[in-house]
Amino acid sequence: MGTRTSFVATLLAALAAGLLFGVGLILSGMTEPAKVAAFLDLAGSWDPSLLCVMLGAIAVAAPAFRIAARRKAAITGAPMQLPRSRRIDRPLVVGSLAFGVGWGIAGYCPGPALASLSIGGAAPWLFVPAMVAGMAVFELAEWMRASVSAKSPG
Amino acid sequence: MSIDWQHFTPISSLAGGTLIGLGAALLVLFDGRIAGVSGILGGLLRAARGERAWRIAFLGGLLAAAPLWRLFAPLAPAQPVAGGAWLVAAGLLVGIGTRYGSGCTSGHGVCGVARASPRSLAATALFVAAGFATVFLLRHGG
Repeated sequence: MGTRTSFVATLLAALAAGLLFGVGLILSGMTEPAKVAAFLDLAGSWDPSLLCVMLGAIAVAAPAFRIAARRKAAITGAPMQLPRSRRIDRPLVVGSLAFGVGWGIAGYCPGPALASLSIGGAAPWLFVPAMVAGMAVFELAEWMRASVSAKSPG
Repeated sequence: MSIDWQHFTPISSLAGGTLIGLGAALLVLFDGRIAGVSGILGGLLRAARGERAWRIAFLGGLLAAAPLWRLFAPLAPAQPVAGGAWLVAAGLLVGIGTRYGSGCTSGHGVCGVARASPRSLAATALFVAAGFATVFLLRHGG
């Protein structure tokens, strides 16, 4: 396949993947913050639906990742870019805890929040810009850290 | 704890989860990428050449899901569980936290757990635990 056709193929695959993801989020109920909050409310009236979502998603994705791990390149020729790190470090722990707190407050995580923008209602339009701002704060901090370490000798 | 049988949706949640898994499978097999929504969105803020188009395509698909859904079935806006300043604070925490922790419910929770990545298993356990604790404090903290 030529570079141009494979470029188009990567875009079409990404578009289809995003669409499947979004429809899956809506069908599973994950775009309803009350349903997510009900899963996180162990002491209240607990809705275990999110477990079914994870179970279904992992059951389908696991064999695909097993195949992907054995390949150097994807079907379109794009390089296989799987994370290699196994370290459980401070950023992973602190970041995941902060994310969990925000998730618990709003009942939104990034995927459902984005998919909700086109569902309607004001809530995702408050949540998503704040989330992007948070991501920008992270990028800025990373950039500042990199420029400081580039300047310091040794 | 009592199980909320009235709102429990095993079939549609399992079916929706299967579609999410299919999306992740498609992206890794065709594009060699992890379907982590926070990483895909956050990576757009970086000006990497040749790294934008597929991200925009994926996010476009995600945004197009609801309009497409409406062609076949009704879809009402969801009721929020938090308002105004709480939503903004939660958004900031989710934005910074997912980037600092390199993933969210999709990247760590679905893809990472499916890869049996120790990092992702730890991240998932931590953000679910933090979610449990937060909802407990907000609803039952008195």
